[in-house]
Amino acid sequence: MFKKLNNIGDCGIACDFGDEVNREINTNVIKLFHHVRKEVLKGNLNGILNYTPSYNKLIINFDLKKINSSKIINFLESVDFSKLNLSQNSKKWTIPVCYEFEMDLENMSKKLKMSKGEIINIHLNTDFFVYMVGFIPGHPFMGDLNSKLFLNRLKTPRVKIPPGSVGIVEKFCNIYPYESPGGWNIIGRTPTKLFNKQNETNPCLLSPGDLVKFKLISKEEFKILANE
Amino acid sequence: MSNYFFEVLRPGINTTFQDKGRFHMQHLGVAPGGCMDLDLLSIANALVGNSLDEGVLEFAYQGPLLKLVKGKIKIAITGDVFFQIIKSEKEKINGECNRTYVLDDGDQIDILATKQSAYGYMALEGGFNIKPFCKSVSILSRAQIGPNEGKKIQTNDKIDIKMNSENKKNFFTKIQKKNKNIIRVLKGPQYDYFSTESQKDFFCKEYKISNLTDRMGMRLEGAVMKNIVSANIRSEGITKGAIQVPADGQPIILLTDYPTIGGYPKIANIASVDYNLLIQKTPGEKILFKLIELREAEQLYKEHLNSISEIIKNIKEIN
Repeated sequence: MFKKLNNIGDCGIACDFGDEVNREINTNVIKLFHHVRKEVLKGNLNGILNYTPSYNKLIINFDLKKINSSKIINFLESVDFSKLNLSQNSKKWTIPVCYEFEMDLENMSKKLKMSKGEIINIHLNTDFFVYMVGFIPGHPFMGDLNSKLFLNRLKTPRVKIPPGSVGIVEKFCNIYPYESPGGWNIIGRTPTKLFNKQNETNPCLLSPGDLVKFKLISKEEFKILANE
Repeated sequence: MSNYFFEVLRPGINTTFQDKGRFHMQHLGVAPGGCMDLDLLSIANALVGNSLDEGVLEFAYQGPLLKLVKGKIKIAITGDVFFQIIKSEKEKINGECNRTYVLDDGDQIDILATKQSAYGYMALEGGFNIKPFCKSVSILSRAQIGPNEGKKIQTNDKIDIKMNSENKKNFFTKIQKKNKNIIRVLKGPQYDYFSTESQKDFFCKEYKISNLTDRMGMRLEGAVMKNIVSANIRSEGITKGAIQVPADGQPIILLTDYPTIGGYPKIANIASVDYNLLIQKTPGEKILFKLIELREAEQLYKEHLNSISEIIKNIKEIN
């Protein structure tokens, strides 16, 4: 259940679930997200344009021409959280990753006083949960990494990171869907497309609330998969 | 592909196809995008008799030079734009905004510049023959989404036209120019992160619009906002017109192509009624924020929509 509702400007509402970042809170955010999305797609809340879950908030954007905040607040206050379900909306994925494309393992190994292999093993054995997707299309923020791998962002972000790069910072792991600048510690690369423009009905592979496990592949396998 | 098209002789600085935007995808990282000035989208389409949401060409500062190849097409340009219709070397017509023109085979339309404004629009009777992505033809160039491979219009591109205009009647409407520099805002979710003095400064000192301004955001220069809580927050979903303040204390207004989530505290949010006024401001111009409450913002926006409906209702035939 959210702790409070706030207006953001005249065409946004924030459902605030408290300040902590953990799976339980985020799961509640995502349950509400699925519920709002379903209602909107059913045509019940005409005028709601977007619903964006993050760690501890759901932000709802709406068209002030068609609906106003009090109607949406009334709806949100009437939601019965005990009836919301996550599992039926959450998918499980296995994403191949080639660690030979790493850019930071050497440095990480020194900082963490751990071998490269140990770092890779922890990453491979983590059951990741997609907390949110965003900033740019298809970009997932996943957790939770073992605290042994806790690292900050790079002091100087790289100007260019190739698409598919897998990075870690603090307890989170991300995948860069596009070539972009970035400050995460890059441990490998996946040939899997996170955002596929050719697939118009479902262009984005991962959704908030999905579960992800990584699978080690070789450079050769990477090349084959990348060409598919 | 139809038989009629525009050949792009000069693309302009930032020319893209846009409509009202692409929704229900922000949770996947896709910003809604769409026309920066949605009122001018509606008016341009109404002038040429389209549905108000039909895709148009949006241009910024310098627009494109287009040559019609075959066919006959009715167009309308909205905004505050200097343009010419070139029938031949000898016959150049200085164009007027907010009215229609019929172009013939071989005619060129030269959209030279926006005047004291940033964005202008060109609508065609029947629309452009372009492929939508997820129900919208808006180009999000940062993510390369939308028609034209998600890219800005380039020289030598061919822009397909859906139909040949049979109707030769022309239409016009009048739009009152707004020159005020006061932009109304509502308190942002992290308004209390800023010192009392900064909050006061925010509403009584002018901000200058910097050169670092595009469809994604507008960087301001002026009074430094002193954050007394934390320069970072948990990343959260963004709303169009959010005014975020990074650690340097200089506000950034997030515009139509905003990043879908962000982790800077937001001191305020532009009221919908003044969004179009704001985005038409150009670098170097100064603005002053004025605080209003939610109910007032809703009421003002309603009145604003009525005024746009009036402009559309007052479209008249040119005799």
